[in-house]
Parts: sequence; C-alpha cells; structure tokens
Amino acid sequence: MLKVDGISRSYGDLKVVDQLSFTVNEGEFVALLGPSGCGKSTSLKMIAGLEVPDEGSIHLDGRDITQLSPGDRKLAMVFQSYALFPHLKVEENILFGLQARKVPKNEQKKRLDSVVELVGLGDHLQKKPGQLSGGQCQRVALARAIVAQAKLCLMDEPLSNLDAKLRNEMRTEIRALQQRLGMSVIYVTHDQVEAMSMADRIVLMNDGKVEQVDVPEALYSKPKTIFTAQFIGSPPMNIIGSGEDCRGIRPEHIEISEHGMPASVVSCDYHGADTIVLADVSAMGEDQKLIKIRYPGHAMFAPQQRLAVRWAPENEHTFLI
Amino acid sequence: MLNRFNLKAWLLLLPALSFLIAFTHWPTLKSIWRSFTWARSDVAPSQFVGFENYQLLLEDPVFWKVFENNFWYAVGTVPTSIALAIMMALWVNSKIRGTSLLRLAFFTPTILPMITVANIWLFFYSPQIGLFNQLLALVGIEGPNWLGDPDLALSSLMVMTVWKEAGFFMIFYLAALQTLSPELYAAAKLEGASAWRIFRKITFPLLMPTTLFVLINAILNAFKLVDHLFILTKGGPNNESNLLLYYIYETAFSFLDSYYAATLTVVMLATLAVIALVQMLLLDRKIHYR
Repeated sequence: MLKVDGISRSYGDLKVVDQLSFTVNEGEFVALLGPSGCGKSTSLKMIAGLEVPDEGSIHLDGRDITQLSPGDRKLAMVFQSYALFPHLKVEENILFGLQARKVPKNEQKKRLDSVVELVGLGDHLQKKPGQLSGGQCQRVALARAIVAQAKLCLMDEPLSNLDAKLRNEMRTEIRALQQRLGMSVIYVTHDQVEAMSMADRIVLMNDGKVEQVDVPEALYSKPKTIFTAQFIGSPPMNIIGSGEDCRGIRPEHIEISEHGMPASVVSCDYHGADTIVLADVSAMGEDQKLIKIRYPGHAMFAPQQRLAVRWAPENEHTFLI
Repeated sequence: MLNRFNLKAWLLLLPALSFLIAFTHWPTLKSIWRSFTWARSDVAPSQFVGFENYQLLLEDPVFWKVFENNFWYAVGTVPTSIALAIMMALWVNSKIRGTSLLRLAFFTPTILPMITVANIWLFFYSPQIGLFNQLLALVGIEGPNWLGDPDLALSSLMVMTVWKEAGFFMIFYLAALQTLSPELYAAAKLEGASAWRIFRKITFPLLMPTTLFVLINAILNAFKLVDHLFILTKGGPNNESNLLLYYIYETAFSFLDSYYAATLTVVMLATLAVIALVQMLLLDRKIHYR
C-alpha cells in the first residue's frame, strides 16, 4: 500500500536518512524503531510531506506522492506534542480537518459521535486542550487522526510525554483501536518495548540506514547485525569474541551451573522477577571481559564469587560482518 | 500599619513613585483642577468657574473639528498599520533568504525620530520638487499640493503615520509568531487546511493577545503622536489636519490660555481612558491566553 523506495535527506553535510526503503501493507502496523538521531522522525516527515526527500520516491496505493503537498496526501498524523489547537474546543479540534476538507455537516456529526465513543472523550467535547490531562490530550490527538479516515496514519512518538503507567495503558488501547478499525499505521518510537509489543513489523534504523526489517520475534531471535542484537532486548545481548569469531548470547540464555565457563561475579542488580548478574569471564582469555546474566528470582552472589556459566549452542548467534 | 517590612517596601518604591507623582499624577490632578478655574491675565489670581470652560469647549468649533480629525486619523491609521504589521511579520517570519535584512528594513522607520521622519516626508510631499510629484510628472500627471490641499492634508499625514507605525507593531507580531509551535502548522497542513484557513482559524486567533496590546498602543499613539505636525502642516490649512494634542499645545503655548488647554487635556484623557477600558472589557473575554 505504501512503498518507500530509497529516500534520502541531508542537512548540509549530514546525511540524516540514507537510502531508506520499506513497505507498509493494508491494515499493517509498522514501527520505525531506532536510537534518537537515527533519522526516523525525518523519514516520517518525508512520508507526511513536511520534508522533501533529496532522492528516492514514495508511492501510496500506486500513486507517486513524493512531491505532493501534505494536505493532498490525505494522511493523518499524531504528533509527540499532540499539536492540538489551544484556542479551539476539543470538538473543534477533532473536526478541524473535516471542516477544512468540506465534509458535509451531518457526516461530520456522525463521524464525531463514533470517534468520541471509540476513544472515550464524551464529557470533554466543550473543553479546551489546556483543561485536559496529558492522557486526555493524547486521546483528542488520536480522535483527530481517526476521524479523518485516512488511508495511513502516522504516529510520531505519541506516548513519550505520558507517564509509565498511562503509557502502558495507551499502548494496548492504540493497538486495539488499530486492529479494530483495520488502520494502516507507521509508528515512530525509540522505545523497543513499544515497537515489540505493538507492531506487526519493525523497521530498525541506525544512522539513517535500515538495519533490519522483520517481525518482532525474528528481530529478537534472529538478529542479522550486532547493532540489532544489542538494540533489541534488555539488557542487550552479550557479544563475545571479535572479528570472524564474534558470537552473541542473550543474558536470559545463560545458565549458572556447576560445569561450564568459569566466571567471577562483579555485581548483582536485583529487578524483582529476576536478577542481572554482571560477571567477568576474562579467565577464558576472551577479549570481552564482562557479560550480563539474567538469573530468575532473587540471587545475591557475593562479589568475586566463582561461578560456572553455560548456554545451549542453539542460542548462540553469529553475525554477517 | 507601617512596620519594618512595609517601610522597606515604600523606600524601594520611592524613586519610581516620586517621579510618577511629580510628572504624571500631580500634573493630572492640577489639570483637572485648572480646568474648573479661569483668570483674566497671567498676574490676576485664578478663580473657580465651575463648568464654564467645558461650556466653552462644547461651543468651540475648532475643538469639534480637531476631535473629528483625530477620530478619522485613528480610524485611518490604526487598522491599516495593524494589518500591514501582521502581513510584514508573516512575511519576515517565513523561511526565505534575507529575512534579517527585511526585518531591519521594516523596522527602520521606528528607529528614526518622528521629527526626522517628518522632514523626509516633507521632501516627499513638496509640491514641485517633491519625490511623489516628480514621479507623477514622469507619467504625465500633475501632482497635487499634498499638504496644502484641505482635502488631502490629513490623509497625507495618515500615510506617513502608517509607514512609521507598522514596522514597530510588526516587531510585536513577529515575537508572538515565533512562540507558535511549528507542529501546529504541520498538523493543520496535513489536515488539508489552506493557507488562508490556517491564518483565519489558527494564526489570527492565537495572535489576539498581541493584537489587543497593539490596538491599545496604536490608538493611544493616534492621540499622542503629533511631532510631525510641527514640521509638516502645523495643523493647517484651516485646521484641516489639526489634531487634539497639537490643538492643546497651540492653546497653551501660542494662545497662552492654560485654563482652556487644561480643559482640553482632561477631555482627551477621559476619551483615552474610556477607549482603553472598552477595549479591555470587550476583547478580553474573547481572547485565548496561554
């Protein structure tokens, strides 16, 4: 449905987005994931038409929209700052686009009623955004995007201004809404948990380039590059060895047992459900001296305590270098 | 209660307060008092005459003339300079090359003293050698005597005032525009709103606090700024371009009638106070403040 083909964008000498290509299918939730400054927001702006790519093309339903103005693309967008009009009532905010596009009054009313029902804003229609909480503002922004019934909805870190608890709630809610309405969504985030839990597919970006495009499970279980391996998962994957002999093993796949590689405890970090044990394996003659081990339950090893660690060979990852 | 804290506060307020009282409040009270008195000559003691001076004012055709002039002067200059200021601010706020030069260009008239500006425009308006008439002569039109023609004198003053004021107000609008979030505009554009709709529905309402401030200042200036009259027309011909404050000056220092001048001053102050009050009461409720 959406086809992004080799788009690039530079600011001066800095290449922010470099030959980015990916597709979004009908009804699919695609996350653009990456560390801050990797070019994901710029990519989204190019899709929205707020930035023009230096090269490459963007096709929506087979139509070239690369040079089209934002209004002519008929996309919806949810902004990080919500971008609600502060002087307009919630109702006017939601209907702004429909009025601009001259949708008939009774149609506006119908769509408003259903969207208000969907996001649960019934009591707040006559209020101004300043009178609402962060979560309610987020709902207004969502409603404004849904009411447009756009082919594709762009979301730019929509949850990053909310507190942790609300973020979790909204995450489930947005995903449920998206599936119920069959919306196609591009969702920009730097939070791997958001991407992993919400997206059908993830486009992982680093330094303006695509690192890997895959379903969440594959990104976790079959990372193609060291960057992917270390970006997905918390704590990140341990990388042992170097060069051709470089191998990766996730902290949760390392087992503390009686036989295996000798290691000595550096510190323990108790997380409730599990404990992250930082251990020194330099005795093995490895270059990478420290590894992290996810140990289920509460275990307090004393520093310097001798351990033996091992892992199943099928959990070991190798990378294309 | 004058405890230690209060005393300190009053001491800190004293310098500003003494200047305000000496040069604003006391003269105001003095003028109000003086407007109810009259004296035969400079040396004769003044005596209380009640509303006699106001009676005189109501019957004074020159007062009504300058009051009407001032009304049209405000109507002619205030909306025009505000509209121009918004347009210029929108222009220099856009992302085009050379905006800092443009901003400077628009602001220059404000930097110049009114007397200098008036002298420049005196040259523009001169009947034979003036810039405007020379330009008109190039296309074969014989230009009028801008400042000497009773029908044109006041309008000519207005044009100059708009030129002088618009740049000043532009600065306020520019500052206000820069506080508006670019994401609001991105959102509006994505929703398919036209440039005019964005201005009408978003920019203009969000600029309303600035507009109220500028409006009050512009109207006050329409009554306060008369420096150019000294250079350009001296209120002539036949009071056609005379304004209230200049008439007060003439009454006090040319005709040496300080009692009648005080009466005129009180009327002007009252007029301005009423205008400012009405504006604040009417507009304040409709404005969205962040």
